[in-house]
Amino acid sequence: MKVAITSSGNTLDSLLDERFGRCPYFVIYDTESKAMEFIPNPNINAENGAGPASVQLVASRNVSKIVSGEFGMKIKSLVDSLKIQMIVVKEPNKKVSDIIEMLNY
Amino acid sequence: MSPRLKKLRKVLNPPVIKGFKPYGPEVGSLNTEPILLHYEEYEALRLCDYDMYNHHEASAIMGVSRPTFTRIYASVRQKVAMAFAEGRQMSIEGGKVYFDSDWYSCGSCKCFFNNPQKEVEISNCPLCGSDKVSSNNMEDGTDEQNASKNCNDICFCPSCGYEEGHKLGKPCSQMVCPKCNAKMRLKK
Repeated sequence: MKVAITSSGNTLDSLLDERFGRCPYFVIYDTESKAMEFIPNPNINAENGAGPASVQLVASRNVSKIVSGEFGMKIKSLVDSLKIQMIVVKEPNKKVSDIIEMLNY
Repeated sequence: MSPRLKKLRKVLNPPVIKGFKPYGPEVGSLNTEPILLHYEEYEALRLCDYDMYNHHEASAIMGVSRPTFTRIYASVRQKVAMAFAEGRQMSIEGGKVYFDSDWYSCGSCKCFFNNPQKEVEISNCPLCGSDKVSSNNMEDGTDEQNASKNCNDICFCPSCGYEEGHKLGKPCSQMVCPKCNAKMRLKK
């Protein structure tokens, strides 16, 4: 199962980004093979529609969960129809490695 | 000019069936073209006549204005009546809708998550695997908290002086003092 995590940098020590649509990097983590991939977000400077475009990007990687700090208005109906689960982490200062550790329970 | 875009209507759950079929000896000789019922129309009928909400409450649940809700409701009444009177099939499909999913929170990692697959029951947190999950409707919870925060009024009892924080939506004049059973009033 693949999980998308929004990250503010391209290392494991980077913090979880609080926004979904305009985060600098997406981390695609595979819970079975433990493989991870950092994807730079092309929508970071988009004027509008960054959220739906980002959903398309992560959905093309077949993720089933998205971990982020906040989701925009346009996203909820979209991910609901794609059957992707949203996980909202309201704690600042969480590192990407912390999240991955929690996913490996 | 293109018409104004319709807002997305919120539907709690898709209907359990896809439609209705009439039966009886005359069915074959009647107009067999099905009547199309939109999901939002089904939801309007369910909220109003099954859950017994009034139009105002139901419109808030579906995220549309009260007049729009009444229009949707009028159209579903017309369609259902037409299906009954003409003995036609009803098929529930289409419409400008999205399905709302339930929100949960985890007690051990303090995260919120939703459940996009309603058939699967949530028992563990998808992030940390803890079983301390509780179902909550985020919107309702925050609204209530904000409401109680914004209200600084105090209800007081004119005969014994007992005071209590005012609750929104509950008039002070209808409250009864727990100590002396007199009618309470808003403290100015």
